Amino acid sequence: MSDSRRIAAGALTDPATAVEFEFDGRQWVGLEGDTVASALLANGVRLVGRSFKYHRPRGIVSAGPEEPCALIDLLGSKGRAPNRPATTVPITPGLRAASQNRWPSLDFDLLSVNSLFAAVLPAGFYYKTFMSPGKAWERLYEPAIRRAAGLGVLGTGRSEVVTHGEHTVHDHTDVLIIGSGAAGLAAARRLSSSGTRVMLLERDVVLGGGTLLDPRWQAWRNATLAHLAGDAASQCLTRTQIIAAYGHGVFAAVETLPQMGDNGLPRERLRIIRTRRVLLATGANERWIACDNNDRPGVMQAGAALAYLRRYGVAVGSRPVLFVNSDWAYEAAFALHEAGVTPRAIVDPRSDSAAATRARSLGINVHADSVVSAVRGRRSVEGVQLTRLNGSTGAAIGADCLLLSGGYQPESALATQAGGSLQWRDDLAAFVAALPASTGVVSGATAGAFGLAAAARDGIAGAERIAAELGIALAGAREGLSADLEDPVVTPLQALWEVPGRGKAFVDLQHDVTVADVRLAHREGYTHIEHMKRYTTHGMATDQGRMGGVLGAAILAAARGQSPQDVGLPTPRPYVHPTSFAAMAGGEVGAHLRPIRHFPAHAAHVACGAIFVPAGMWLRPLVYATQQGWEPVLRESRAVRTAAGIGDASSLGKIDVQGPDSARFLDYIYANRFSTLQVGKARYGIMLREDGYLLDDGTTSRLGERHFLLTTTTANHTHVLEHLEFQLQVNRPDLDVVLTDVTEQWAQFSIAGPRARDVLQKVMPETDLSGASVPFMAALPARIAGVSGRLFRISFSGELAYEVAVPSSSANEVWTALLDAGRPFGALPYGVDALNTLRIEKGHVTTAELDGNASAHMLGFERMLKADGDYVGRVLAQRPALTSPERAQLVGVRPTSPSARLRTGSQLVEPSAPTRTLGVVTSCTPSVLVEGWVGLALLAGGRNRQGTRLLAVSPVHGESVEVEITTAHWFDPENSRVRA
Amino acid sequence: MSDNAPAPRRFRSSGRYSALRLLREALTGHRGWKPAWRKAEPRKQYQVVIIGGGGHGLATAYYLANHFGITDVAVLEKGPIGLGNVGRNTTIIRSTYYTPENIRFYDFSLKLWEGLEQELNFNAMVSQRGVVYTYHTDGQRDVMTGRANDMRLAGADCIELDRAAIKSLIPPISLDNQRFPVLGAFMQPRGGTVRHDAVAWGYARGASEAGVDIIEHCEVTGLRQASGRITGVETTRGFIGADTVCLAVAGHSSHLASMAGIRLPIESHALQAFVSESIKPFLDVVLMFGAGHFYISQSDKGGMVFGGSTDAHNTYAQRGTQWIAQEVASEGVALLPELANLRILRQWGGIMDMTMDGTPIIGPLPLEGLVMNGGWCYGGFKAIPAGGYTTAHLIARGEAHPLTTHMDLERFAEGRTFDEPGLGPFPWMH
Amino acid sequence: MLRIPCPYCGTRDEVEFRYKGDASVRRPAAEAEVARFAAYVYERDNPKGWHLEWWFHSAGCRRMLQVWRHTVTHEIHAVGAAQEQLSTPVGGKPA
Repeated sequence: MSDSRRIAAGALTDPATAVEFEFDGRQWVGLEGDTVASALLANGVRLVGRSFKYHRPRGIVSAGPEEPCALIDLLGSKGRAPNRPATTVPITPGLRAASQNRWPSLDFDLLSVNSLFAAVLPAGFYYKTFMSPGKAWERLYEPAIRRAAGLGVLGTGRSEVVTHGEHTVHDHTDVLIIGSGAAGLAAARRLSSSGTRVMLLERDVVLGGGTLLDPRWQAWRNATLAHLAGDAASQCLTRTQIIAAYGHGVFAAVETLPQMGDNGLPRERLRIIRTRRVLLATGANERWIACDNNDRPGVMQAGAALAYLRRYGVAVGSRPVLFVNSDWAYEAAFALHEAGVTPRAIVDPRSDSAAATRARSLGINVHADSVVSAVRGRRSVEGVQLTRLNGSTGAAIGADCLLLSGGYQPESALATQAGGSLQWRDDLAAFVAALPASTGVVSGATAGAFGLAAAARDGIAGAERIAAELGIALAGAREGLSADLEDPVVTPLQALWEVPGRGKAFVDLQHDVTVADVRLAHREGYTHIEHMKRYTTHGMATDQGRMGGVLGAAILAAARGQSPQDVGLPTPRPYVHPTSFAAMAGGEVGAHLRPIRHFPAHAAHVACGAIFVPAGMWLRPLVYATQQGWEPVLRESRAVRTAAGIGDASSLGKIDVQGPDSARFLDYIYANRFSTLQVGKARYGIMLREDGYLLDDGTTSRLGERHFLLTTTTANHTHVLEHLEFQLQVNRPDLDVVLTDVTEQWAQFSIAGPRARDVLQKVMPETDLSGASVPFMAALPARIAGVSGRLFRISFSGELAYEVAVPSSSANEVWTALLDAGRPFGALPYGVDALNTLRIEKGHVTTAELDGNASAHMLGFERMLKADGDYVGRVLAQRPALTSPERAQLVGVRPTSPSARLRTGSQLVEPSAPTRTLGVVTSCTPSVLVEGWVGLALLAGGRNRQGTRLLAVSPVHGESVEVEITTAHWFDPENSRVRA
Repeated sequence: MSDNAPAPRRFRSSGRYSALRLLREALTGHRGWKPAWRKAEPRKQYQVVIIGGGGHGLATAYYLANHFGITDVAVLEKGPIGLGNVGRNTTIIRSTYYTPENIRFYDFSLKLWEGLEQELNFNAMVSQRGVVYTYHTDGQRDVMTGRANDMRLAGADCIELDRAAIKSLIPPISLDNQRFPVLGAFMQPRGGTVRHDAVAWGYARGASEAGVDIIEHCEVTGLRQASGRITGVETTRGFIGADTVCLAVAGHSSHLASMAGIRLPIESHALQAFVSESIKPFLDVVLMFGAGHFYISQSDKGGMVFGGSTDAHNTYAQRGTQWIAQEVASEGVALLPELANLRILRQWGGIMDMTMDGTPIIGPLPLEGLVMNGGWCYGGFKAIPAGGYTTAHLIARGEAHPLTTHMDLERFAEGRTFDEPGLGPFPWMH
Repeated sequence: MLRIPCPYCGTRDEVEFRYKGDASVRRPAAEAEVARFAAYVYERDNPKGWHLEWWFHSAGCRRMLQVWRHTVTHEIHAVGAAQEQLSTPVGGKPA
């Protein structure tokens, strides 16, 4: 079939450029500028989809994003984009699309059998059945329902395909104008040349909105666009769909880029727009009318027929009938008539109107005081049956399409989200939106100003209101509209929601919600609009109830014996328009999901063959080996115990504390005392939260009388820094202290093991490293491998150990120098896993034990709590719940059989009460000091249980291991190795 | 300990739902269906007034009337029932908690969910499709192992999955996403999802049928007390007397408690949820991303239902914020790359009572005759049956149900907090 | 999304800040009893309306800011430094 329905030149289509595309496996030809919908209509295609519940045949009913039926899946080379409205997807060479929700094919859909059972499938039928037997829901009913439900197909089985998202754009403007119809364009024009930054957003591929459908407005539109193009402060974006209002002048929009992506699918990017004021001019949606079989392919919005003709030169039928209730809807009839397709009839419930008079003068048959009571035809409209309002049967008219218009509902969702209010207007039978002046104004059809000239004037007035609010001096006086652009005089519409009948009359085409469903919901007590919505799913489909939302409310209102204004509309949520995950995720996909923090010596670790592990945003060296497993970890650990190991601790938080009151501040922050610390020394400290539980631990050094370097655990770095700032600025503003985060400025390496001094001496030849000069817990300035830095004699492994800190810029060279120096002594680099083995053996805690629920008493730190002086957490730490010996206490655990292995996360139980957990193994490792595994545990009343035996059970793994409870500090309790 | 679910009661009235009745009604145009619950007018005095016609309030009324023999009960709701958090969550049920006390409570809830449809004669589509938690580091695996074992010892179910098992269960998952590769997962097979609105409607129907007055559009404006005990509530429809008043208004507990001059250890925060357009079956389980704040399942209608973290500041505005959506979408695409091409339909927010330790409060308040069920944080939906049952127990027996003794208000002042993530008294971090 | 007018940096997006809770509660004197500290740490007005709260400008000036914000409309009435005396909106409960 050629494009037989193309009868005129379209404003958007280029007759010289044919474009071939694929739909349901067949090749079709359209024109450049066509959408999939307009190209299919031009080719005479009617059936494009199947409905959600009854699988009824469906066609194209609109010409825009309000489309409920003509949803298609776009087939890309590496993925599939489901549920795109055919009415908004431009055709491009090579585009491939498929219809959905049918099996095996669109023409023959087996599930259309559902239509036969429609009588037992009313709204909410699933709440009343499928209840027994108990397990049958998951096994039987649900899988069947899930297969039948759903629209398009997402899964293609290519889970490893990585999408390269478009980076989000952040915009700042003074006035955001949404919609480029007569109101939006006129408002932008009025604000232009005043220096005000104006952003004009249009979802369509071209600017103009409703002015594109009226040839009289072409010159005005062109002049306005030319003017805006000349104003540097004005920015106009097409293909940009507003999606949400977030308050504080923040809006989100999605821009579809003109070129398709490499994968054959649209590229979309998110724009976050901050504006001082907004002018909403998004127009209005033409409403549906509920009458029998109002879903047959060929039933379409009257305005859509006008759009297809004006925009694409396509006549949607050759024998149209219109069923409308307002003069505005007659425009479609006049335009079709002018193009040579005279409607068979216009059916209008009103007795007379200005538009009807004009139609008759053109020779079009108008049936006044009449309604369409039924649509004939199944896969396509074949005719309509009229009924007169007095109840008598009217004519039966043959037709190939029925153009419906039940009035217009302003696009009010965005205004409501932005804090606006809705007002019912009887003259329009519609809810009209308004915004608080501090947010902006609503203009044009969105504000109820129907007609292009009325909208343009309203847009100008809106722009002037915003200018007055913001104190903007507008350039020049208000320009008038020429007389030939005046709107025709119209006769008011007559509200018409439904035509009683015996078949199915749909109020929500996509979700197959009928008038009968709304009435049933009412009968069952779901009388509130939100209850009706949820019970019937009315208005919850991808079209967001644009065509049928008010209609459903009106049917419910009739059932309640009220008017639609008493019923109202459901609260509209973002998004105004469905938005892809890709657009929302932006560039933060793949490796860019989250920032990566590399150690300063990352390159050197890579060169050493490190395997890395995520720790927050950090990548830390886990082990230096080609394969994970205990063997390399124990090799590294053994090197530390017998020779030396070199590790990177750079992710520890480092906070520089300076000022005359630094020592007093640290006494306030730490539970133990720091004011007594000598310059040149380090001390281990614990800090509490105000609720008395442990916040963090670490080693803090006094570098000068008024200068400390505080370290935090890797995990708590940010939290501690904010805690310090909070305490300083809020609770202790009397203290003169400055905090600086220097975590990333310093690389810090540990050199641990009996040969640590020998290794270090080689890179610090000029320094006396003897115990007398650099005693345990010394903290001194130093030169390391020729680099100025700091030397700390601190140990986390229980061995003689040092840490050196050097500026990050020297990290790679110092690390390499340390490794080179260590090689003759058998030193190895060691990663986090070995560090863990070593500290578990020594009984040191990490965040595995210091887990936010541990008190000082639980971890054996109670003697560190200062007896005098105020500090954070002092008062609440004394509560019995935190100090009771019945609570969990830190202990060591060791299997009674050396061949048994421990597992972190095993629960400790008495053999006599195997389901009552007494504690948990918090960390464990194979030991390099003793045969078998060792671990740490938090065990209720643990200190009193030392020497006893329990079971460490992991029911998930079917394990049960007898363990002995020991002290956590069994290895070198005198610290003789550390002090060597 | 009474961990076992009580034997289900049978729906008694002639309005029973069944396939047979659907067929019969079909023949008469479905004209025989009656309202699911009576639209009651308030009386002057009740034995028990429950403030809040959400999941917990309706469930409490249901169990009071059907299991504890107290039918002189009114549920007061300022708007229509079921439109608070019970109707605005991600519908997930599970008992994956870190302390034996919480595990036992939530597993009791799971047991009640398992028999709910027979109990209520209302199909809430309880679907035990399994809840899967990915882990991405050894440290995470260790913490999840501890939880899994705690769950098993407390009588709940939990298993570990290796990568191959994850892939076969969830074909669209990307195990080797470039930032946080998946090492493994834990799964609670009995976890799953429920059709959330149906829970409110089903409990309302069952409570109403047993004689409870469900009074909609009746906002409580004050709590009246005399001689140190509560005597009733002031409402937009006049004073209603009561021997016992129960707050079941999670999200707004502080607001109601302040009417009695009580300050609670609660802040109200918004949690956001999202639903996508409907698609054919894509994901069979509930999936939780261990390297971020993202969880997702697919509804029976075909929409992907998912959520992320809280807005992290006090709010009573039931709306979403854009940066959470961006974070959630990027995590979604990392875990299930094909989501990139799916469109998100709606975003909304629910207002939650965030307690200072993340564990709920069920217990008496410091005014005789006033009790509360609240502080649910983001665990409220899954807790509805157990929350309702144990609150009914508290009201009827005058003492806490054994499963909720740890949920008392005094635990805060005494430091007996149940802070599962160990984040401290900072609700915006939970 | 909130836009917070930082007195040091100008109006910035919410994502630059970290929320730090109710600013109307202040730490009791060191010698105060357990109950006072417990009330300070745990109890909150949690008002449905004006709320005086802390925001830390973590990605900006690193100052702790006091903010009067309405918890229903998100309107911001005033922003100031940690020790500043802010004007109280009608219905707001100051520190």
